[in-house]
Amino acid sequence: MDSAPACDSVRDSGVYLPRTVRTAAKILVVGHFGVGKTTFVGSLSEIRPLRTEETMTQAGAHLDDLAGTAGKTTTTVAMDFGRITINEGLVLYLFGAPGQQRFTRLWLDMTRGALGAVVLADTRRLEQSFDVMGLLEEHDLPYAVAVNHFDDAPSYPEEEIREALDLLPATPLVTCDARDRRSAGRALITLVDHLLHTRTTHREPV
Amino acid sequence: MTPATPRRERGLVRPYVVTDGRSHPTRNTFDLVTLVMAHTDRPLAGLSPEKRRMMELCLGGALSVAEIAGHLALPVSVVKVLLGDLVDSGHLATRAPIPSAQLPEAQILQEVLDGLRARL
Ligand SMILES: Nc1nc2c(ncn2[C@@H]2O[C@H](COP(=O)(O)OP(=O)(O)OP(=O)(O)O)[C@@H](O)[C@H]2O)c(=O)[nH]1
Ligand SMILES: [Mg+2]
Repeated sequence: MDSAPACDSVRDSGVYLPRTVRTAAKILVVGHFGVGKTTFVGSLSEIRPLRTEETMTQAGAHLDDLAGTAGKTTTTVAMDFGRITINEGLVLYLFGAPGQQRFTRLWLDMTRGALGAVVLADTRRLEQSFDVMGLLEEHDLPYAVAVNHFDDAPSYPEEEIREALDLLPATPLVTCDARDRRSAGRALITLVDHLLHTRTTHREPV
Repeated sequence: MTPATPRRERGLVRPYVVTDGRSHPTRNTFDLVTLVMAHTDRPLAGLSPEKRRMMELCLGGALSVAEIAGHLALPVSVVKVLLGDLVDSGHLATRAPIPSAQLPEAQILQEVLDGLRARL
């Protein structure tokens, strides 16, 4: 049988999972437009980040972000994702997507069985994070907030950010630079540490 | 389950051609992180070009459903339909569909934490 690679990207080494991997877990990286999701996933992924898109045709009423469009609308929803092999038996996938996709199958696929989420936020527009935080709460998905520090963004004391975002006292808040692997990694570790200490019982998938 | 809701998804890449007009897989067992492996001893003759492409990709080693969609540049909804057929025909096999169905979540979280700390 002729076994030419199916496409260029699989010519990279390390595309495939180790043979021993038995379990896959997933964590979401969410936040509003342009907040650094793709950058965050790319900093941490061991594979070149991948992207999938889906064209959705649905009633305009379902899309609150497409104001004034009557009847059927077509929109493209996309997510990008990366992979971290945790140990010989376990792999972690990071899925990055905006929160405006709440009615789509892709969003449901993403949240189903997810361990939790990193919410990226930008101090110049904190209020834009409410939408996705509310969405995670609807899905009962625990999260940590990582303020992605943009060069021209003002710095505020942690207490002010907590208050502006109306965070629960237990919700972790960290700052990070999504472009930096260690910094993004610290944000991810903060989330997982939080998940471990708040949700140690088995949870049914959504 | 409730009756099928009106179909809202349309794939980017001629989904009705690729999937013979179906937009839902024969079984609803695929998660984005379901791990897929190919059986190496199945003939590829007679498979559609898209299924053959999927087999050629999967014969290289294990991948998640999301990765297959990304590498083949196909919508996830289309990939799920094709995967369902290829599992039914014995070309592909999957691991458990939902991660938390395998190990207790606390154990997964502990392993993830240890692994991230060791790596980052
Ligand atoms: N200074 C600074 N710039 C960043 C940081 N993270 C991302 N950026 C830049 O911000 C821009 C947007 O980042 P993306 O990662 O594309 O953001 P996104 O959330 O994926 O954007 P959408 O998918 O369009 O919603 C890019 O030009 C990044 O280089 C950061 O931590 N600091
Ligand atoms: Mg992006």
